[in-house]
Amino acid sequence: MLRDITIGQYYPADSVIHKLDPRTKLFATLLFVISLFTFRNPVGLGLAAIFMACFIWLSKVPFGYMVKGLRAIVVILIITALFNLFLTPGEPLVKFWIFSISQEGLLSAGKMAVRLIFLIIGTSVVTLTTTPNALTDGLEKALRPLNAIKIPVHEIAMMMSIALRFIPILVEETDKIMKAQIARGADFESGNLIKKAQNMVPLLVPLFISAFRRANDLALAMEARCYHGGSGRTKMKPLKYQKRDGIAYAIVLGYFFVMIAVRIWL
Amino acid sequence: MNFIEARKLVHEYIRRDEEGNVESIQTALDQVDIDIRPGEFVAVLGHNGSGKSTFAKHLNVLLAPTEGTLWVDGKDVTEEENLWDIRKNAGMVFQNPDNQIIASVVEEDVGFGPENIGIPTEEILRRVDKSLKSVGMLEYREHSPNKLSGGQKQRVAIAGVMAMEPKCIVLDEPTAMLDPNGRKEVLDAVERLNREKGVTIILITHYMEEVVRADRVYVMDQGKVVMEGTPREVFSQVETLKKYRLDVPQITLLAHELRQAGLAVPEGILTRQELVEALCQ
Amino acid sequence: MILDKVDYRYSPGTAYEKHALREVSLKIDDGQFIGIIGHTGSGKSTLIQHLNGLIKATSGAIYYNGEDIYDKDYDLRKLRQKVGLVFQYPEHQLFETTIFKDVCFGPKNQGLSQKDAELKAFEALRAVGLPEKLWYQSPFELSGGQKRRVAISGVLAMKPEMLILDEPTAGLDPKGRDEILDQVAKMHRELKMTVILVSHSMEDVANYVERLIVMNRGQVMLDGTPREVFAHYNELEAVGLSAPQVTYLMHELRKKGLPVDVNATTMEEAKDSILKLFGAK
Repeated sequence: MLRDITIGQYYPADSVIHKLDPRTKLFATLLFVISLFTFRNPVGLGLAAIFMACFIWLSKVPFGYMVKGLRAIVVILIITALFNLFLTPGEPLVKFWIFSISQEGLLSAGKMAVRLIFLIIGTSVVTLTTTPNALTDGLEKALRPLNAIKIPVHEIAMMMSIALRFIPILVEETDKIMKAQIARGADFESGNLIKKAQNMVPLLVPLFISAFRRANDLALAMEARCYHGGSGRTKMKPLKYQKRDGIAYAIVLGYFFVMIAVRIWL
Repeated sequence: MNFIEARKLVHEYIRRDEEGNVESIQTALDQVDIDIRPGEFVAVLGHNGSGKSTFAKHLNVLLAPTEGTLWVDGKDVTEEENLWDIRKNAGMVFQNPDNQIIASVVEEDVGFGPENIGIPTEEILRRVDKSLKSVGMLEYREHSPNKLSGGQKQRVAIAGVMAMEPKCIVLDEPTAMLDPNGRKEVLDAVERLNREKGVTIILITHYMEEVVRADRVYVMDQGKVVMEGTPREVFSQVETLKKYRLDVPQITLLAHELRQAGLAVPEGILTRQELVEALCQ
Repeated sequence: MILDKVDYRYSPGTAYEKHALREVSLKIDDGQFIGIIGHTGSGKSTLIQHLNGLIKATSGAIYYNGEDIYDKDYDLRKLRQKVGLVFQYPEHQLFETTIFKDVCFGPKNQGLSQKDAELKAFEALRAVGLPEKLWYQSPFELSGGQKRRVAISGVLAMKPEMLILDEPTAGLDPKGRDEILDQVAKMHRELKMTVILVSHSMEDVANYVERLIVMNRGQVMLDGTPREVFAHYNELEAVGLSAPQVTYLMHELRKKGLPVDVNATTMEEAKDSILKLFGAK
């Protein structure tokens, strides 16, 4: 299950999208997500689809790999679609028991599903083409203005990148502890929900202890390497805008205004 | 001038209950005197709880002495303003390779230290190259640390310390979690840094075989320094080492037993070759 | 226990496919004390997880007491009770508030009553030699070696017929290591269990086991008494393993023309052989 989530996983390839500054990609994603909620008709939908197809093609990430990421959200997708389907008021097409399906419901369910799918694919293009560290770097720099209102941007970014480093380690550790407890006769599968939750204790307690121990060790190691927060730090790979970032900004803005125009006049 | 000078160093771990009253005091370091010259390769031996790791953590000011004095590179560790200088000059490598690598890419981890002390970008890149090369890990610079072996991870950690260009590296049981191949890799890298770059090495360990390579050895037990000398001098005292429940290398032990049985074998045999020569005379 | 051409591949059909075991066939007799050696990635950890059914072979069969463990009707939970597996760093699986409760976890999972489970825990903690005054403390306050003993007794309490230990001495100091190994040897003698010790330290293993299995690249490379296996020291060297230091010493002495016993694998044997030679002179 954990392995199915493609969001947050980096797919190494040599493409224009990979080379873009993470800030450009973050900004583009933001505009793309907003644009998804502007379209009302097939023209807007078509434009968004073409735009998305273009940057997927440019990113050189196999399409199948991206679709795999959708598996993790199938449940959410179905639930939202059902809500829209049954709860949108309008002229009923079909009626059974207390449920009724209207044309408007059908339409809005379809639109919602398409939006969600586009949203997930659009955002996973960013995470698939950007290393976690570049991503946190980009976030740190893009959000720097928030420092002014006392939000510890550097610290949050640092926590994110450390979390990304330790997720695979902790997943592996969970697997190990699970096996060790199974060898002692533990049962993680049978029983009702409460019983199942109780059975997780022999897994969760050691896992937490280990996570705390690692956190403690890591804090010492960081301190030993002179870490003292964000002040006075330099960057090994400072973020610098290139010409391609300017072009990308122009294209994304262009796309966004076209979408707005389509919404207003069509 | 000694690089490290500890005089009557005492460290007590004090445990307090919820009201802040002292529950127990455990003396981890007890009147320790240790001198280490620049460029030396010194090993500190002892089993768990002997105080050797506590001592190591003082060198990087991760712990402060309860009593006594400690100078690192001529600077008193108790003076606040020396803190970052000392940490920069006495780098530290820990036991668990996974828990000291911060970044998800090897080269970014090596760059972490220099970033913290405000080195300019160009210089960081140069240092990352140099230090990865010095531990033989340059070709892995863009790899994820998760895919490396224990020995390789530990060498990345050493490179991360080297990139701060310290005068001294303190290694706190760097090989305890590694397999024999990994252990050899790490020790070879450490020895090379010492011989070729003149970095002072302080190796905290409980493996006797690793100590043979050092210039000088300190043996600690219950917070005290109980033996000191060259590896040969220390290994000549097999009975004393056994008393402290330390492992004597098999060959040294065999030589000792043969001598006890009346054969003309000298004390302090360290290598197979020495024993072969002694027996073939 | 009999293994017949056991083959195992990790993530078959993907880019990460790894052929971890290649048609391994073994026969393990009741009451044997066996050592399995191999470097990291040789397949030894994968092999032992097959023995208690945690991993299912891609092809091949395993029989325990004449029954096929991959048979549809075979209860794997029963197998896991009979074949106790102690993982590397087993202290990481402790979770209860007291040592005694933690050791009861296994027997309780077997469906025993509280009283019977406690009885088993009592015996198991006795068998690993943990002082009784510690039993009702939190397991997290113990030293590394003690924690490990608690973890081992947690498996022992299930009364297995076969006990498998994966690198039980990793990360321990010499004192802790000797204590654990002595305890395991004692349990083998007194409880008449089949014991399998996985290790990469030749010296440790040579002193204790009666049969040695060397794994390399997913295959059994050598299988025999320590003497037989270490006689192939050149082949061991070629795959990154080494025989005990004394074995090399004896071979070097022989090369110099001294008629010593080249098959000596422990220090005692080497000492006797050398003394006999020189005493006779």
